[in-house]
Amino acid sequence: MEWDWDFVWQIMPTLLEGFRITILATVLGAIVAGVLGLAIALARRSKITALSRGVGFFSEFIRGTPLLVQLYFIFYVLPDIGIRLAPLVAGVIGIGLHYATYTAEVYRAGIENLPRGQWEAAKAANLTERQTWIHVILPQAIPPMIPALANYFIAMFKETPLLSAITVLELMNQAKSIANSNYRYIEPMTLVGVFFLVISLISVIGLRWLEERYARMDD
Amino acid sequence: MSVWSGYLSLILQGAVVTVELTLMGSALALVVAFIAGLARLSRFFAVRALATAYIEFFRGTSIFVQLFWVYFVLPFAGVTLTPLQAGVLALGLNVGAYGAEVVRGAVKAIGREQTEACIALNLSRIQRMRYIILPQALPLMLPTFCNNAIELLKGTAVVSLISLTDMTFQAQVVRAQTGSTLIPFATILVLYFLMALAISAVMRWLEHRMTRGLDGVRA
Repeated sequence: MEWDWDFVWQIMPTLLEGFRITILATVLGAIVAGVLGLAIALARRSKITALSRGVGFFSEFIRGTPLLVQLYFIFYVLPDIGIRLAPLVAGVIGIGLHYATYTAEVYRAGIENLPRGQWEAAKAANLTERQTWIHVILPQAIPPMIPALANYFIAMFKETPLLSAITVLELMNQAKSIANSNYRYIEPMTLVGVFFLVISLISVIGLRWLEERYARMDD
Repeated sequence: MSVWSGYLSLILQGAVVTVELTLMGSALALVVAFIAGLARLSRFFAVRALATAYIEFFRGTSIFVQLFWVYFVLPFAGVTLTPLQAGVLALGLNVGAYGAEVVRGAVKAIGREQTEACIALNLSRIQRMRYIILPQALPLMLPTFCNNAIELLKGTAVVSLISLTDMTFQAQVVRAQTGSTLIPFATILVLYFLMALAISAVMRWLEHRMTRGLDGVRA
């Protein structure tokens, strides 16, 4: 079968519509992953053993199991206990939770990399725990983490096609429905690949810049 | 209870397919990772460029998109693969691209003085790689290879979407037949997690074996 440019232009609006949802899911998922990741990292440092152990096991479990199955779980099992989520919401929660367990490790490493002296100085200056975190620890710990966090952001963007499995009408799902109704797979599937590749390559350049800007602040 | 044992055996059949996919995919990924990783360190520009293109392409799009492309688009180019072949090919090439970067990083992490000593001893390039550099670089690669193998295991869930009867697919079958969602999905989540634990246990054992005798050589 030949590549058909007319068909490409004909399906482009539908694909762009799907692409919009892909971007939306990525951004919302990133917000969930960013916030939840920090929460997990802090919980794992908690002095309450039950909390830190429990959260630790939970995040190990999430990281050892496939995102697709977790999405199915959220989308199909939760309605049984009365929580009915829209596909996009379920997808954002699923992908955000999955990547939160990865960003939590980034936060943890970033916090642990701060010299002990910073904690001691905060204590000597009589700052409360809350003040220590907000004014001393996080402002120093977060900038070096930015490249690693951005890396997971890109990884998350690439995983969004999985949301099509729980009926979110993102890029991959639009491409599949076009392919199924027209019996043409080459153009839609290749275009999906091209879309992702182009955005990823651009993001890699952005990532290099972030690394130069933030990664080695101290030397 | 007898009803459930029938469904459980269905899921276990799927688990066998998942394990097969993981093993074959890992084997392919390992081979590809070494070829592409060493190619990126080649003297010849063309070889380096080819390897870089392969790595960027497969890291820039997700396993899902690649799998669909292999399964639905390649047939139009005259290459028809069974779902299992498509799954192994896509998983192996995808994870191999990540592995290639690990190989390159580990080889580059071996000090220059090792290379210089080899030149002084008049070892050929192949001898240098085979006897000096790789034995030292391998232990550096293992922890990341472990993560990659777990990523591959998680990636196998995606093949259920091209109708390969892996664990996730079978869980969907059980869901469709019984209407129960919690039990099949919870079961496969636990099974996936146990497989991930098994992979890290094997990798820790390998790492222990490989670093034996290297004590004191590396700081």
